[in-house]
Amino acid sequence: MSAVEEVVTEHPAVEAVPKRAMTLGYGTSLVVLALLVITPMFVKNFIIFQMTMLLIYGTAVLALNILTGGSGQFSLGQSAFYAIGAYTSAILMEQYNVNYALTLPIAGILCFAAGFLFGQPALRLSGVYLALATFALATAMPQLLKLGFFEKWTGGVQGLVVTKPDAPFGLPMSQDMWLYYFTLVITIAIYIFSVNLLRSRSGRAFMAIRDNEIAASAMGIDVALYKTLAFGVSAGITGVAGGLGAIAVQFVAPDSYTITLAISLFLGMVVGGVGWLPGSIVGAAFIIFVPNIAEGVSKGLSGAVFGVLLFLVIFLVPHGARQVALVGQQLASKFRKN
Amino acid sequence: MRSSQHLCIAALAAALMAFTSGSALAQKRYDTGASDTEIKVGNIMPYSGPASAYGVIGKTQEAYFNKINAEGGINGRKIKFISYDDGYSPPKAVEQVRKLVESDEVLVVFNPLGTPSNTAIQKYLNGKKVPQLFVATGATKWNDPKNFPWTMGWQPSYQSEAHIYAKYLIKEKPDGKIAILYQNDDFGKDYLKGLKDGLGPKDSMIIAEESYETSEPSIDNHIVKLKASSADVFISITTPKFAAQAIKKLAEIDWHPVHIVSNVSASVGGVIKPAGFENAQGILSAAYAKDGADPQWDNDPGMKRFFEFLAKYYPDGNRLDGSTVYGYGVAQTLVKVLQMCGDDLTRANVMKQAASLKDFEPDTLLPGIKINTSPTDFAPIEQLQMMRFKGEKWDLFGDIMSGDLSN
Repeated sequence: MSAVEEVVTEHPAVEAVPKRAMTLGYGTSLVVLALLVITPMFVKNFIIFQMTMLLIYGTAVLALNILTGGSGQFSLGQSAFYAIGAYTSAILMEQYNVNYALTLPIAGILCFAAGFLFGQPALRLSGVYLALATFALATAMPQLLKLGFFEKWTGGVQGLVVTKPDAPFGLPMSQDMWLYYFTLVITIAIYIFSVNLLRSRSGRAFMAIRDNEIAASAMGIDVALYKTLAFGVSAGITGVAGGLGAIAVQFVAPDSYTITLAISLFLGMVVGGVGWLPGSIVGAAFIIFVPNIAEGVSKGLSGAVFGVLLFLVIFLVPHGARQVALVGQQLASKFRKN
Repeated sequence: MRSSQHLCIAALAAALMAFTSGSALAQKRYDTGASDTEIKVGNIMPYSGPASAYGVIGKTQEAYFNKINAEGGINGRKIKFISYDDGYSPPKAVEQVRKLVESDEVLVVFNPLGTPSNTAIQKYLNGKKVPQLFVATGATKWNDPKNFPWTMGWQPSYQSEAHIYAKYLIKEKPDGKIAILYQNDDFGKDYLKGLKDGLGPKDSMIIAEESYETSEPSIDNHIVKLKASSADVFISITTPKFAAQAIKKLAEIDWHPVHIVSNVSASVGGVIKPAGFENAQGILSAAYAKDGADPQWDNDPGMKRFFEFLAKYYPDGNRLDGSTVYGYGVAQTLVKVLQMCGDDLTRANVMKQAASLKDFEPDTLLPGIKINTSPTDFAPIEQLQMMRFKGEKWDLFGDIMSGDLSN
């Protein structure tokens, strides 16, 4: 068997997801949106903060979903891009007094560039080898941030404390609530952008590459370009999420962006359903709240309880939240017919 | 008749006044998290993640508060200790501390662990005016009552410890030539600064400095370089793994300077034993707490109380683990502060009482080491005692020394 045949007969790394199954219907979207807008008015600031983190991690999971669910490439290095985004925002805000809202596009562009450049050598790799290469990036990042050379800007191991912005125009809301709505607007913008991207020509190219690289190139798709592009877009969105994360947490330090974060994001993507964009928020909820639940069950064995819960999810619903949503949809339509 | 009625009213009025003023004196004052029956104490610890070995501290504290509650609590109030896992991750620390303050509504956040986590929550807690009391890190920056009046440390800072080595060297080895190996992070740099400040005008005694990264597999080449500097004092500002490597390497290349190891790496089980007892004879360090592994404390009344506590309330706790000794001591300090607060359990009063500890001696500190604080001094423990390794254990020697440079 020649190498080409081997590649062709090889199973695609990610199961094909039809494009229409990637989003929610209009009705459901509006309900979710309404919930996201209204809930903060009735809950404590702490819950609002948790919801903000949910949106931020959701955005980061979404970015990974575009890369893996869309173009079929794996990454365990998202924490590195998240860190670059977070540090870009923090350094611009604290050292150069740039407005927090302006730091986000800069963080996004910088991470897009970083992702695009990293995508170049990564092109030669696929599947688990690519995952390993990005893993290297994630393990290297916290140490790079500690380097004496960058310490002038990064604050070294001590990290940087970031000032939380007040609501503008004298709006009568708390810092947390303002930041939540600010994050919500950005998250929705990124979500709409991502949905449209995957529906566009580029999105179709991503998915063609995911399903069969050789067929895609035979159709005239510039495989190298679109693969690096997917990396760049994913990194850019992750960078924006990182910047928002730095503002919400008010602190950046190398220890915040270890490989654990990258694995959490990966986990969130799988639990939410690979390739199903709305699942990103479900995945983010999993990585934020399930460790807390596990800790509530047993402090000493929180890791083990978390493992058991994760195992149950993967065992019972291997396609994550997408599967649950599909079942729900079928039930609903059955109900309607009756 | 009339006059007796007047007298009666006057007496009544007087009695009433006395009563009301008396009750005003004994008036109970509470902030969120305190009541007639309960005091809520919040805490974050790395129960999971890279620093999970320190989780023992939180468990020891919980057991200690159980003991206090079983014995009747503090002025009749039970302590409710709420401790969350932050996995040594600053963003998680922020989330958990906000949960403690805004959802669980604790009176104080007590002994949160780790320099990065504490840096992440310091601004938030000071903004909310919630005490960040007795933080579990040796960084020097926690003693800053002017800018952060709601944050206080507990253990001696790295700089205090370094000052003590500097004082010792100036006295015992005034014409020594010092070579320093330090870890390139906040711990190493804080320490190095302390040494230089401590030596003051004599800092020219330092003739060589080498730094290493925790990612380096071996520090042998740094040691060889330092030996070539012909120094006769070697200060090892290292974490346990590297401290053990250094002790071994020194023996291997037959270099026998005065060798000082930081308190962080003074563990017999974790450092000296793996490096070999024969290689470690004569090494110097400093300590502030009694060592549960050292038989000389077996009959010490304080340590006896500690061992009894472990046996009764925390049977899983290991007396050889420095973290149980630490957790006990710091929990005892908090109980002392809350007792001093009496019925005025406001956050401001907690900080005020914490800043007015006078010669307090927890059971587990070395004899003679006392906790003293004031409104301008937020560093509870500033004294240590030098010790020398002999046979298979540390021998304390000399006086209790203060890390304070002014005396």
